[in-house]
Amino acid sequence: MTGASPRTGADTPTTGAVRRARLRSLPSTIRLPRQPLVRHLILFVLGAGFFYLVTVNVSAYNDYQIGEIAVYAVVLGGLSLLTGHNGQFSLGHGAFMIIGAYTLALLQLHAHVGLVGELVLASLIAALAGIVVGVPAARLNAPYLAGVTLMLALGLPQLSAKYGSVFGGEQGLTTTPPIAPGSVSSEEWLAWIEILCALVVIVLLANLVRSRFGRAFRAVRDDEVAAAISGIHVARTKVLAFAVSAGCAGLGGALLVLSTGVVNVGEFPLSLSIALLAAMVLGGASSLVGIWWGAIALVYMPTWSTSLSQHLSLGTSAAAYLSDTFFGAILIIAMLVAPTGIQGGLRWIGRQSWRALAGSVPRPATAGPSLAPSSGERDGAHENATDTTSQDLPNLGDRERRQR
Amino acid sequence: MQLFVNVLLSGVVQGMAFAVVALGLVLISRATGIVNFAQGAMGMFTTFIAFSLLTNGLGYWPAFAATLAIGFAFGAVVERTLIRPLQGKPALNSVIVTIGLLVVLEGLAGSIWGNVARGFPAAFSQRGLVIGTTRVAFSQFDVFIVCAVALLVAAVVALFRWTDLGLRMRAAAFSPEVSRLLGVRVGRLFTLGWALACAAGSLAGLIVAPLSSFSPYYMDLYLVYGFTAAVLGGLLSPAGAVVGGLATGLAIAFVGGYLGSDLQPIAALALLLLVLTLRPQGLFGTAEIRRV
Repeated sequence: MTGASPRTGADTPTTGAVRRARLRSLPSTIRLPRQPLVRHLILFVLGAGFFYLVTVNVSAYNDYQIGEIAVYAVVLGGLSLLTGHNGQFSLGHGAFMIIGAYTLALLQLHAHVGLVGELVLASLIAALAGIVVGVPAARLNAPYLAGVTLMLALGLPQLSAKYGSVFGGEQGLTTTPPIAPGSVSSEEWLAWIEILCALVVIVLLANLVRSRFGRAFRAVRDDEVAAAISGIHVARTKVLAFAVSAGCAGLGGALLVLSTGVVNVGEFPLSLSIALLAAMVLGGASSLVGIWWGAIALVYMPTWSTSLSQHLSLGTSAAAYLSDTFFGAILIIAMLVAPTGIQGGLRWIGRQSWRALAGSVPRPATAGPSLAPSSGERDGAHENATDTTSQDLPNLGDRERRQR
Repeated sequence: MQLFVNVLLSGVVQGMAFAVVALGLVLISRATGIVNFAQGAMGMFTTFIAFSLLTNGLGYWPAFAATLAIGFAFGAVVERTLIRPLQGKPALNSVIVTIGLLVVLEGLAGSIWGNVARGFPAAFSQRGLVIGTTRVAFSQFDVFIVCAVALLVAAVVALFRWTDLGLRMRAAAFSPEVSRLLGVRVGRLFTLGWALACAAGSLAGLIVAPLSSFSPYYMDLYLVYGFTAAVLGGLLSPAGAVVGGLATGLAIAFVGGYLGSDLQPIAALALLLLVLTLRPQGLFGTAEIRRV
């Protein structure tokens, strides 16, 4: 919300004004445009250029891993919307990935709708499943949704064994990767498709978060009663957030099996769903930049944990659990120590150095750390929006107060 | 007919196991207002400790008692170290911590004892009793399960209804601020709630272990069914947890007996969604009134 101004009254007028002027003039050279769409499109182009340069310069295996990072960024983007902005959370996003993955495989087998059609349908059907699960659960507290999605993550994989004739049972189904044009290697082409999807999804999510829907999401997260009084349909808002989030997971699942070539439920165990949650928390629940840290951790953690356990010469059983245990420990430690995750930490460091650079500008004290950043840091990009009309809803209620 | 009777009996036994898990969830939900996703994993971990005690030569009943005591202490420690620091933060944060605890405990158990399915001894014979001339799917151990769970639930209900301590626990859960003003040590009672829940979780672990293949993940499904049972019972009532557990157990058993065990988790999910749609406050809950 309003950044520096509310407390400046405590300063003497001259120094306050000087500091503010200094703060304004300093970043103007590197500031991105305020218009969200323009800003997001600029970041989109920069991101695409960055990934293009990286993918053409690294080996095929690294291309594959970068593609995987992009896939997880899609899933984590949806989770971040759900948890960071809407205060719900899911233990079953692996199940929505399964739905997306099998939708893609079945479409490739039985219908010819083209890659774009397959991906769009995969995310739509996952979103539809999200609505089916979300409608009963969204009327209640967040833990109910978590429990329901946990059941989905445990129960859905068993359907593929039960209806083996359709879903291929244990072996699963095979998928055909898209054919790369001309001189492009197939890994590169796949990585580009995945990166393009990730960037498009994240730009869409970033715009959604800045739109009136995004404000409704956060209003519901902060205080359901106050949101309802302000004319927000609480249940509908929750279901919308859940459907969008499930759709992202479906797209992610479809993209993932596109690169692995097979779909079977063994690829999406319950531990994946929990690792997704941990990765989202690790990056910073409400940050669409932070999810990339989480995605990197998801892709590289198995490799790191293998080499770490070799380094520590752990037994084979301990080594097998190191990655899972790491993600569990992340959940606990992050909640106790750093609920805003890596991105929150980076932002904090950035703010501190900023302050050192621009002179100490008093800011409204932020409340104690919670999973979602408090309103002060939530609109990090709008921090200096004192002269524009703040489009955000007022902080509708004190989350801390309504503990039980 | 015999299939029907056997399914019915196994449903009752399973339902009792679900009821213990649900009871643990209810105790914690009452005390600290969160759903403890580590409820099953905590029981799993203490049961692995019991397994170590048993393999080191301790008798069954001493190990049984020791495990319940360890579970009690474990619950208190978890509340003090992991849950208490998050008091005053959104409940979401505490719930995420319990999920982390679930994963860490499963990982630790896997690292220490290995991910192999073992057998866990039962307190009594698991051979079906003979009634008349037919052998039914109901053993001495099943009788023990039903009695133990009934005893536990009766004890918890009695604690809440007739003792001073139970009254204070209810007061602390109902309105922490007012209770604190009246001199109730609210924090201690929350710790006690967690300790009792974890002891119940240990009991669940001990009675479930002989029924299933004993590995670090053997409580996962029981947590899920226990959650269904707890929601069915309204998440706040110990007696509701038993009825919810029985209902879930029978539903699961009949789906498993007549449609196939692959469909059991999805059937439980369908049951849960149905209840949440038709009667969100659970079968025994009262509709929550939201103050503005």
